[in-house]
Formats: sequence, C-alpha cells, structure tokens
Amino acid sequence: MTSGNVVQRGSGAAQGYGSGLGGGREPANLGDILERVLDKGIVIAGDIRVNLLDIELLTIKLRLVIASLDTAREVGINWWESDPWLSGDAARTANGRELEEENRRLRDRIAALESGR
Amino acid sequence: MTEPHGVWVYAVGDDIATGRIEHLTGVGGGAVRGISAYGLTAVAGDVPLAEFGESALRRNLEDLAWLEATARAHHHVIDALGQRASLVPMRLATVYASDDGVAAMLDERAADFRAALSRISSRQEWGVKAYAAQPPERGGLAASAPARSSGAAARPGAAYLQRRRDELSSRSQARSDLLASAETIHARLSGLAAEVRLHAPQAPQLTGVRAQMILNAAYLVDDERSGEFADAVAALAREHPAARLELTGPWPPYSFAGTPERSPPCE
Repeated sequence: MTSGNVVQRGSGAAQGYGSGLGGGREPANLGDILERVLDKGIVIAGDIRVNLLDIELLTIKLRLVIASLDTAREVGINWWESDPWLSGDAARTANGRELEEENRRLRDRIAALESGR
Repeated sequence: MTEPHGVWVYAVGDDIATGRIEHLTGVGGGAVRGISAYGLTAVAGDVPLAEFGESALRRNLEDLAWLEATARAHHHVIDALGQRASLVPMRLATVYASDDGVAAMLDERAADFRAALSRISSRQEWGVKAYAAQPPERGGLAASAPARSSGAAARPGAAYLQRRRDELSSRSQARSDLLASAETIHARLSGLAAEVRLHAPQAPQLTGVRAQMILNAAYLVDDERSGEFADAVAALAREHPAARLELTGPWPPYSFAGTPERSPPCE
C-alpha cells in the first residue's frame, strides 16, 4: 500500500501489520535482510570460526554493484557514471572545476572582446 | 543425518512452542528444532559440514547466490517464530560442533539473553528509510533566477556566472533542508520508540534507488503503539514532501539484540 510518499513493505513472514497490505506481501528487500543478518543480531563465536568481516557489507555491495552494473550496461543503462548527485564529493569537486573552467573561458572571451574594440 | 554435521543457531528465546519449530525448513533445506537448557531455548538445525564447516562456509559465503538463499532461510525461521514469541536473533553463521556446545553457550550467556529478551519483550523493530524525493535539477540554469542588477544586459558573462552561483547555492540549500528534515523525522519517531538505532545509509547501488538515502534507522516500538508509529510515519511524509519515506516491518529485533562479543577476537 502506498499513501502519498510512504511505501510500506513487510519483513516477509505470513502475518503482517494490517494497514492495507492485503494478501500479496512483497518479499523483503535483500539489502535489508543482509544488513540485519550479517551486521546485527547477537554475536557469539561458535565452534566454527568464520570472520564475517571478510565478507562485510561493503564487499557485498560491491559484488551487487558488479552483478547489477553488468546487467544494466548490457541494456544501455549507465546513468550512475555521470550523475553528480550519486557521485557525492567527487561531483561537488567536478562542479567546482566546471565553474572554474567556465570562468576562465568567459574571462578570455571578455578580454578578447574588450581588446577588439 | 549420518554425514558429519554441525549445529546452526538461529535465535534464542525463553517461551517457544516447540510444535511451531518443527514445521519449519531452515538453512540448507534442513529441519529446525529446539535445544533447551537453563530456562532458555535455542532454535537450531543440523547442517552438513560439507557445506557449513569452516572452510566450506568461508567459500560459500563468497558466493552471492548461496549467501542470499542462506540469509533468507535464516531470516525466515526467525521471522516465522518471532510472530508469537520473543526471540533474540543470532547473527548469520553461528555454528557449533554439537548440541552440548549450544547448551554451554546458553549457560555462559544466559544473563545476556535474559537482558535482551526483557528489553525486546512485547516490542517489534520497524525500519524507516528516507530518500530525497527527487534528485536536484541538473545542468541548465535555474529558470526562475532573476537577473541580479539592471546592468546585467551589459554584462552577460557576469550575469551568467551569477545565475550559476545561485543555482549551486540553491541546490546546497535544498540539501541542507533535506538533512534537517531527516533529523526532524528521526527525532519525532524516536519519541515513539523504546530504543533506536541509526544505521549507515545504504549505497544507491545496493538499493537500486537513484535518490540519496538521508535516513536509515531502526525503532523498537511497543506492540500497542505500532499503529501510532505507522500513522506518525505517514504524517511525517506529508509534512516533509521533499523526502520519500519507506517503512519496513515488523522485523524481529535484529538491531536491538546485540551485546559486544565477549570472547577474544578471532584473527
């Protein structure tokens, strides 16, 4: 059920919070599940020692990126490569560089126009 | 099971109907059972060491398809039982050599489990994520930005630069307004929760959502307040149209189960 700009999804089990989800509940998002089962939950070392930090969420994200990017590129989708909003700090720097470059070109142009008079 | 096996632990509770446990399928397609000791019950299942032993586990955890199936199976058991009983979820891949090891763990950590169980009793975890409702305008000039001075026509270059600066500064203003909204939303929802955990925002590549995530939090809410909580999320969404809110839950209390690991660091 969506109401305005809120979307509600259940966590995946049979019984849910009844605010109109009805019969068909979407399965929980894998990212939400992985975030919880890998990173939260009570942590006690069992007899079998495996260091989950070796496959910490960042690595998972990178693999999901690789898996999803390859698929997306195949169909010509690659907007994230040039989207300044996604690029964060890198983009703010890029915007700064763009602005400097524009300034330089405009100053050169103005100088050329003024010297031409 | 005749092949060598270990015991995978899903969760610990103190009041679980074992009849419910036995109908579930767990990781690796295995059966689920209870191991009771010291007034606590560990929800557990036998797992073949060929797939879940130390080196096999390390190898399989690197396989995303295996990880997804295993994570979903682990969560399914916890979620199904957590509908009716208070459970402290274990992190993925807590495996013992035998039932005796599990019982010893229950004994050693009984106080931690009881403290966690009383904290989460009659409460559920709700996840709230907030995103920028839409990315800021890209490229071009802000159409509504007026020329700064009457001399603009004579100095088009300077006027252009001024409009660019205005555009960047209005984007930066929009961004700080958005972060202020995230703080307000989090503060309001925290007021309805017994406990709160702030998580790192998920990467856009993970969520598949292009817009920036500005809030990723878990709230432990009394069962009888869950309606009020959901209503508050809806109201906050109306009050902050620049943010898109996503409510997930109820979850078993993963975010509120943890205590720091007391055994010495592994590696």
